[in-house]
Amino acid sequence: MAHPSELNVNRREVIAGAGACAAVAAAPLPAGAQRSRVETPVLTQVSFNVNGQLHTLEIDTRTTLLDALREHLHLTGTKKGCDHGQCGACTVLVDGRRINSCLTLAVMHQGDTVTTIEGLGTPDNLHPMQAAFIKHDGYQCGYCTPGQICSGVAVLDEIKAGIPSHVTADLTGSVQLSEAEIRERMSGNICRCGAYSNIVEAMTEVAEKQG
Amino acid sequence: MRFDTPATTNPIDQLKVVGKPTDRIDGRHKTSGTAHYAYERHDVVPDQAYGFVLGAAIAKGQVAAMHLEEAKTAPGVVAIVTTLDMPRLERGMMNAAYLFGGPVIQHYHQAIAVVVAETFEQARAAAYLIRVDYEPEAGKFDLAAEAPNAPLVGDDSGEGSSGPPEVRVGDFEGAFAAAEIKLDESYTTPDESHAMMEPHATIAAWDGDQLTLWTSNQMIAWGKRSIAKILGIPAQKVRLDSPYIGGGFGAKLFIRADAVLAALGAKAAQRPVKLALARPLIANNTTHRPATMQRIRIGANPDGIITAIAHESTSGNLADGKPETAVSQTRLLYAGANRLMAMRLAPLDLPEGNAMRAPGEAPGMMVLEVAIDEMAEKLGLDPVQFRILNDTQIDPENPDRRFSHRDLVGCLRLGAERFGWDQRNPQPTQVRDGHWLVGMGVAAGFRNNLLTKSAARVRLDREGVVTVETDMTDIGTGSYTIIAQTAAEMMGVALDKVVVRLGDSSFPASAGSGGQWGANNATAGVYAACVKLREAVVQQLGFNSADAVFSGGDVRSGNRSVLLADAASAGDLVAEDLIEYGNLAKTHQQSTFAAHFVEVGVDAATGEVRVRRMLAVCAAGRILNPKSARSQVIGAMTMGVGAALMEELAVDKRRGFFVNHDLAGYEVPVHADIPHQDVIFLDEVDPMSSPMKAKGVAELGICGVGAAVANAVYHATGIRVRDYPITLDKLIDRLPEAV
Repeated sequence: MAHPSELNVNRREVIAGAGACAAVAAAPLPAGAQRSRVETPVLTQVSFNVNGQLHTLEIDTRTTLLDALREHLHLTGTKKGCDHGQCGACTVLVDGRRINSCLTLAVMHQGDTVTTIEGLGTPDNLHPMQAAFIKHDGYQCGYCTPGQICSGVAVLDEIKAGIPSHVTADLTGSVQLSEAEIRERMSGNICRCGAYSNIVEAMTEVAEKQG
Repeated sequence: MRFDTPATTNPIDQLKVVGKPTDRIDGRHKTSGTAHYAYERHDVVPDQAYGFVLGAAIAKGQVAAMHLEEAKTAPGVVAIVTTLDMPRLERGMMNAAYLFGGPVIQHYHQAIAVVVAETFEQARAAAYLIRVDYEPEAGKFDLAAEAPNAPLVGDDSGEGSSGPPEVRVGDFEGAFAAAEIKLDESYTTPDESHAMMEPHATIAAWDGDQLTLWTSNQMIAWGKRSIAKILGIPAQKVRLDSPYIGGGFGAKLFIRADAVLAALGAKAAQRPVKLALARPLIANNTTHRPATMQRIRIGANPDGIITAIAHESTSGNLADGKPETAVSQTRLLYAGANRLMAMRLAPLDLPEGNAMRAPGEAPGMMVLEVAIDEMAEKLGLDPVQFRILNDTQIDPENPDRRFSHRDLVGCLRLGAERFGWDQRNPQPTQVRDGHWLVGMGVAAGFRNNLLTKSAARVRLDREGVVTVETDMTDIGTGSYTIIAQTAAEMMGVALDKVVVRLGDSSFPASAGSGGQWGANNATAGVYAACVKLREAVVQQLGFNSADAVFSGGDVRSGNRSVLLADAASAGDLVAEDLIEYGNLAKTHQQSTFAAHFVEVGVDAATGEVRVRRMLAVCAAGRILNPKSARSQVIGAMTMGVGAALMEELAVDKRRGFFVNHDLAGYEVPVHADIPHQDVIFLDEVDPMSSPMKAKGVAELGICGVGAAVANAVYHATGIRVRDYPITLDKLIDRLPEAV
C-alpha cells in the first residue's frame, strides 16, 4: 500500500488524467469490435477484519472493497459517490490509514484490518469526531459525512505522526496542526453541500481536546 | 388552515424551541453511518437484483438496432430491457426530455437499456456487451451560434423566478439614450451541474400491480404522480419512500431514469431491482443549469439614481424546455422608472436544462451584481452606497404593490461595518500581501419567497410522544429538526418527545424541498396540524380552548394542570391539516435579501484566485434553527464560489455532450478552496409569510456570491472578467506588472 504521504497528491494534479480516462470509458465501442465472451465470474475467498469482526467472503474478484462492505456485509455507512476515487465518500481506514475503498479490490485485503464509520462509533456511543460533527453542524445531506469523519480521524493521526503535506512549510520539522493543514489534507473529501467551514471547526476542536 | 391575513401572536412566538440553535435530530444517524439512503435499503424487500443503466453514445438521432446476444448470455443476467422494447413513455411533471422508450435519441447519455443481474459486477459487465447501431443526426449544440435567431420566450422556473418574453415599464430606450452615465456590457455564465454527492438511485419492487420505490427524491407527491403517468398506472398504486437524500440542489426535483428503469427492470426480472446512475452518466443523463448569454444596460444621472435599466438573457434548451429565468430578480431588485427585461430561448440538442439551486436568480445575480459594480465605478460611487441609493420598497413594475418586508439596506450597512468595508481603497490593484493582489467585493443577494400548501399529520400517544408524519423531505436542509422544533413549541414538549417521519408518499403531501420554500411552508403545515391536535387535546381534557397553555409537557387552564400525555390515555389522538394561502403573496411581494462580502487574493504571477474571507448578512424572516440555517447559507456561499471560479460543463460542440461528466473533470470547491465563512441573520419576522413568520434562506445564500467574488477579483487586479468561471487563464496575460 502507498505511504500516506504519497496519497497527498494535490487534487488539481490528478484531474487531467482522470478526466481523460472517464471520457474514453464513456465513448461508444466501435461497431463490430471483437470481444471475448464474458467468463463465469472468478470467485475468490478473502478474509479480513472489519470493525473488530473477522469476515470470510467468497467474492467476485472484480468486487471493490467498497461494494464488499456495502453489498456483502451490509455496512452501508461507507458511501458510493462516484466509484472512481474522485469524491472521498467511500473513505475507510485500512490498517489505520485512510483509503478510497472504491479504488481497491476486496481480494487485495486478505488479513487486513478495516475500520468503517460504523466501527468508529454508534448512535448511542459516538466517537469524539462524530460528536464534534454534530455539535458544529459539519454536514448537511450526510452522504459525504462518513468519509469526512474517517478522513478527519486519519488526518489528525497523520499530523501527529509528523507526515508532511503540500502546505507544510518545514518538511524536516514536526508538523503543526493548523486550519491550512486540515484543509489541504481533507481536500480529497468533497462536500457539495459545502459544510467545509464547519468541518474544519469540528476537527480543530477534536484535535485540541486530544492535545 | 387558510392563511390569508398577516400572522398575529401565536405559540411559535414563545421561541422556547423554535429559533434556538439546535443540533440536528438526525445527526447521530448521519454521522454513524446508520442513516440509510435509497440504494442502501437492504432491509425493505428481499432478493434484490442489480440494475445497470446504459446511456446513448450519440446526442441526436435514432437507435437502429441493439444486439443483445452476448449480454443476454453473460453470467448472472436476469433480464434486459431496452428502449426498443416499448414506445416512447410519457413524461413526468416538468420533464423536458423523454426518459425512456422508442428509438429517438434527444440527448447524449439518454438511457437506452437497463441490464438486471445477480450482482453489480455482472450487470455492469453485461451492459457493456450490448452493441448498438445508431443513426446519428446533426444537432445544435452551440448556444452562441444559435443565440442570434433565438425567439423571445417567457416562462416561470416553477421556483420563484419568472418573466414574460418581454417586460417594459416607461420608455427604456429614450431614458437610456438621455442618461448622462451609461453601462452596456455583455456577460456569459456556463452550463453547471448539481453534482450532489449521492447519485440518483432507486430500489423498485412490484407486489402485483402495486409499485414501491425506495428512492432519492426532493418532491414526493410530484414523484408519485409522475412515475404513475410515465408507467401508465394509477397513482394510488405507487408508493415512494425517501427518508434520507444525499443532496439534490434541484437534480432530484423530478422523476429521472433511475426510478423508471428500476421499475421496468423489476417488472421484467419479476423481482426487486436496485440501481444507481453511475457518476459519469449524471451530467448528461439528468439535468443541469443552462448556460446564459446576458446583456445589461444601465443609465443613471450623475447623482447615481438609476433612470433606465435593461436586462436581457438568452439560454438554450431542448424543444420543450424552459429558458433560464435570469432576468427575474432585475424586475424587483432596484428602482428605476424605465425598464426592459427580455428572455430568449434557443433550441439546442444538449441534455435537458432545468432547475438548479436558485434557478434564474443564481446566474442572473452573478451578472447583474457585476454590472452594478461596474456602474458604481463609472459614477465614482461606493458600490454599497450605489445599491442603497437605488433601493426600492415597492415592486417597480407595480407601484401599488409593496414588499412584505425588505431590509436589503440593513444587510448592506451591517455587512459593510462587520467586514471592514471602510478600510477598502476604492482604487483597484492597490493592496498587496506578499505575492498576493488583494481585493474586496460586495454584491446584493435576492431570492423570492414562495408560499405553497403543505400538509402534515401529528399523533399524541400515552407516553406524551408527539409523532409528525409528512412527505416533506430533508435533503440536508434540516427539515427533520425544524419540524421537530415546531411540534415541540406547539405542543409544549421537549424536543426529545417529538418523532419526525418524512419522505413517505403515504404521509400527507407537503411542500417538498425546492425553491427555498420547504422550511417555511412545511413547518407552517405542521403548525396547522398542531393547532388541530391542541384542540383535540383540550376537548379530551375538558378545558377551555381559549386559555389553555401547553408547556413543559403539561396542559394548563386556570388553576388546573394536567399531563399532556393524559389526553391520550384512552388512545392516540391524531390530527391532520394543511396550510394553504390566500392572496398575501399577490398583494405583497415576498422576497429575501442578503449582502455578500468577499475578500480574495490573486497570485500576482499565476493569476490563481484564493478566497480569503466571506461574510453573508441575510434578511429572511424568522430563522427557525440558526445552526442549520447558517449551514444552508455557507453551503450556498461555497457553491457560489464554485460558480465564480471553477464550475463549467465543457460542451463538445461537435458531438454534443458535456465532456467533463464526473467529479474529477467537473471541478467543485474542495476544503482547500473555502475559508472560514461568517453569516449574520438580521433579527426580523415576516408576518405576511406564514404563522411561522419565516422565509426561505437556502437559495438566497448563493444569489450574488459569484458576483461578490468577481468584483473582488476586479478590485484586486483591475481585470473585469465577464465570462464565468474566472479561471486563471482569463487573468494571467493581463495581470498588473509584478513588483
